[in-house]
Amino acid sequence: MSKTVLIADDEPNIVISLEFLLRQAGYRVVVAQDGEDALEAIRRETPDLVLLDVMLPRLSGFDVCQKIRENPDWRDMRVLMLTAKGREVEVSKGLALGADAYITKPFSTQELLAEIESHLGRQ
Amino acid sequence: MPLGGQILLTSCAYLGILFAIAYWGDKRADAGRSIIANPYIYALSMAVYATSWTFYGSVGRAAVSGVGFLPIYLGPTLMAALFWLVLRKMIRISKANRITSIADFIAARYGKSALLGGLVTLIAVVGVIPYIALQLKAVSSSFLIFWQYPAIQMPSQSEAMSPLQDTALYVALLLALFTIVFGTRHLDATERHEGMVAAIAFESLVKLLAFLAVGIFVTFVLYDGFADIFNRAAQLPDIGQLLTLGGPAGTYGSWAVLIFLSMLSILFLPRQFQISVVENVNENHLAKAIWLFPLYLLAINIFVLPITFAGLMHFSAGSVDADTFVLTLPMAHRQEALALLVFVGGLSAATGMIIVETIALSTMICNDLVMPLLLRWKSLGLAQRRDLSRLLLGIRRGAILLLMLLGYVYYRAAGEAYALVSIGLVSFAAVAQFAPAMLGGMYWKQGNRAGALWGLSLGFLLWAYTLLLPAFAKSGWLPLSFIEQGPFAIGWLKPTALFGLDGVDELGHALFWSLLVNLGAYVGVSLFGHQSSRERAQALLFVDVFKSAGRGASLWRGGASMTEVIALVGRFLGPERAAEAFANYAARHGLRSSAELVPDAELVHFAEQQLAGAIGAASARVMLASVVQEEPLGMEEVLGILDETSQVIAYSRRLEQQSQELETATRELREANERLRELDRLKDDFISTVTHELRTPLTSIRAFSEILNDNPDLEQAQRSQFIGIIVKESERLTRMINQVLDLAKLEAGRVEWHTAKIDLADVIDDALATTSQLVQEQGVELQLDLPRRMPPVIADRDRLLQVLLNLITNAIKFCDRKAGRIGIAVEVLPEALQVDVRDNGRGIDLADQDTIFEKFRQAGDNLTEKPQGTGLGLPISRQIVEHFGGRLWVRSEPGKGATFSFTLPLGQSEEVAPDPGHETEDRT
Amino acid sequence: MANRSLWAQRLVALFLLGCLLFSYPLLALFDSRGEVFGIPLLFAYLFGAWALLIVLMIWVIEGSRR
Repeated sequence: MSKTVLIADDEPNIVISLEFLLRQAGYRVVVAQDGEDALEAIRRETPDLVLLDVMLPRLSGFDVCQKIRENPDWRDMRVLMLTAKGREVEVSKGLALGADAYITKPFSTQELLAEIESHLGRQ
Repeated sequence: MPLGGQILLTSCAYLGILFAIAYWGDKRADAGRSIIANPYIYALSMAVYATSWTFYGSVGRAAVSGVGFLPIYLGPTLMAALFWLVLRKMIRISKANRITSIADFIAARYGKSALLGGLVTLIAVVGVIPYIALQLKAVSSSFLIFWQYPAIQMPSQSEAMSPLQDTALYVALLLALFTIVFGTRHLDATERHEGMVAAIAFESLVKLLAFLAVGIFVTFVLYDGFADIFNRAAQLPDIGQLLTLGGPAGTYGSWAVLIFLSMLSILFLPRQFQISVVENVNENHLAKAIWLFPLYLLAINIFVLPITFAGLMHFSAGSVDADTFVLTLPMAHRQEALALLVFVGGLSAATGMIIVETIALSTMICNDLVMPLLLRWKSLGLAQRRDLSRLLLGIRRGAILLLMLLGYVYYRAAGEAYALVSIGLVSFAAVAQFAPAMLGGMYWKQGNRAGALWGLSLGFLLWAYTLLLPAFAKSGWLPLSFIEQGPFAIGWLKPTALFGLDGVDELGHALFWSLLVNLGAYVGVSLFGHQSSRERAQALLFVDVFKSAGRGASLWRGGASMTEVIALVGRFLGPERAAEAFANYAARHGLRSSAELVPDAELVHFAEQQLAGAIGAASARVMLASVVQEEPLGMEEVLGILDETSQVIAYSRRLEQQSQELETATRELREANERLRELDRLKDDFISTVTHELRTPLTSIRAFSEILNDNPDLEQAQRSQFIGIIVKESERLTRMINQVLDLAKLEAGRVEWHTAKIDLADVIDDALATTSQLVQEQGVELQLDLPRRMPPVIADRDRLLQVLLNLITNAIKFCDRKAGRIGIAVEVLPEALQVDVRDNGRGIDLADQDTIFEKFRQAGDNLTEKPQGTGLGLPISRQIVEHFGGRLWVRSEPGKGATFSFTLPLGQSEEVAPDPGHETEDRT
Repeated sequence: MANRSLWAQRLVALFLLGCLLFSYPLLALFDSRGEVFGIPLLFAYLFGAWALLIVLMIWVIEGSRR
């Protein structure tokens, strides 16, 4: 059974590109436009991995990440933070909140896919 | 001696209870839950005034002079009414200056003079030793009498006894031990002994209960009430003499003298000063003591006359000393328990007095006599020793033992010669010598050191000559002819009738001469002498204590090293206590640790106060001078700083004003700093935001480029969708870069303006045409409200269009999602055209209405509200409008939409001065 | 307690009253061998005046506290 990935980003064009890439790689893809949507989708779908933009409307990516880590049911959920703000502070804040990796925009599509695969344990 | 064992056992048990109470009191004080912080305990401890002299001696005196024992208690009662005025000031001064004894008080008042402190100590010790002797005598003779129970036998003359058999010696040593253990357990800056005070209050209660018990037994058990006793006593011979003051007019005089003397004693006896000033925890406790203390005195005296008369009626004349009636009456009636209680009461009265008196005197001896000498004795190198607190304790303990032994020696040598009461009065007269220097020092600024020195010395000498020497003569230490004929048979030098003053009793005579000379010298020398600046400063601090609280620091100027100051205080208080004191001081001043302290005037003053608590004001100043380079204040300066009250007030007002100015300046600086930091943060944010804004379109462009690259066989439809996105995002990127550059140019004033008379309606039409597609896409309803004719305005057409486009797209973006409505209106004002662009969105919070005109600031939380534009449109628009000479602003109520308005000056004949631009810049 | 200066004045007045009561010539008025309820006159007077002073002190201090 294919793994589920949630894309949480509010830039429609970036979502389109990610959706295409992940579908092509054989994942099941769910999309959320903002933080609240993302949480809602996480509760509904329990994805294996969340691609989480930091600058989300309504509820920031940091908050979503924190909520994920607070819930023991989602212990195995991988969280990859995506941000256009690549500063050290942001990176360490994301990692401190329990994100598994931090990817800065713009990203290499190959590297992104490799990162996702390594976290989902797929060869 | 069937009771012997019980007497010893009871005495020891009683002292044990005192130990326990004192120990408990100290423990509670250490735990911060003081048991003596209570006005009743304070008033009770004041009753240390009533010693064995009261307990046994009042009856003795009453047996000789009837109501003549009363003035000793009426005086304090009268003085109690003045406590609020006098004692409160003494307490306030002592607290403010960390004064720990009378010697310290006088020394500090007159320029922290070590010489004066030493003199006062000497007078106090010489004057009070007989008083201590009296207590020892009372305890030992009551013990000896009780030991004989059931026989009632006056103790034999003590000369027959070797000191080793003398109970008084053992009493003295035991009490010395007790005092040492609880009076000098540790050094404290305030020199307070909470445990001791608790024990004294308890003792006061015991002696009162014991005396009342005897009184009630005698009056209501042996007799049938007061009236019965007085009625039967009327049969006694010479009774008339006891019931009236009688005699010549001089009797009233000596009565008044006694009242006056005891009034001074209640203030100036070292033990009273110790209890009511040094050990005072709270000034307000004084209020209750004002009536409670006299009430205590009344209660302990009410049965004196009944007991006296009962004793006189019971014992045959001369067989039993009246001083012992309190004990011998219950003994004679075989009331063993009552007699035991009385014995304990008497013991209580004596121990209370001895403990407090020796502690007070030992503090004086240590701080004002021994330490100043030791510190000046260079070869001892004391000033260099690291920790002197043990030495200080050692000196005090030694002093206590010495005082007790001196008391014993005096008792052995002279004790038998005098009745109890007379010895007490000699002491009273000695401490009365402090009155001019003390009271003058508190109320008269002019009083100076020389005056105090002369007054005290002469007063003390005359006291010794007129009271002490006669006492010695009566004890056989001097030939009696010395009194009877005067020294070298010079009649007018007779100690009891100086300059032929005769017909006054001995005490009145001595008091008159000594106080006359004392006061005369004090006032005279003060009036004709002058004060040093230090004396002047201290005088003001003392006299104006209620006006100038806590201002001692302003009278100091100089430099010091912090570590040296702390080390110095540590040497006397012990390093831990010193560290604690400075840490507390630092905390009070809002610093994290004493390491941050700066040795300013206030701190040096604080250090001096700490030292003063341990070694006295005079020594403290000397010691501090060794580590502090003090710049002496000139007389003129001191006068200038705080001469008269008005100047003091003016000075403090000026200080206040200065500190207010300083505060304002500090606040302004802080605000400026805050603004700078904000600007810094903005710049940081700006760069971070620009990168962020640029990265977003770049992300899509890169992603789709790679997808297209990696998937050459994509469907055509998808292919063109992706290429379309790349194109759109590239345009977005370009637009953004241009805007950033645009703004940078606008801000730098490097834009070329093509200003001309233009028709605003024309430009609006253009703007609407450009945005019509967006309006249709979003389903927004547009309302136009333009006047039929509009005067032309002077502006750059393209720039004006840029502003309009920005405002209109903003309005479309932020209007209501479902039923969006935007409106454009133009109004002709006398000098300008006003353009309003409104939407029906959720509006802008008041707090955000300014920030939206800043770069990259969009309404709402930056992090959660995804920016819908570049965040540069409004700042650019404002720059442009302002360049045209207009204004751009927003009015909005949250929830009711927003209206952006700008004005454009009407095109008059003259042109708006164009900017001297260098290059032409196209716009997007 | 805003009336503390009043206290002080009342207490000074009591002090003066006490001085008057306990000295010549008022003292001399009672310095005779009379009796009040079987108690010698001088004795009764002195303790009575003393008690009166204390009551007045209590009145001044405790009375004005509330």
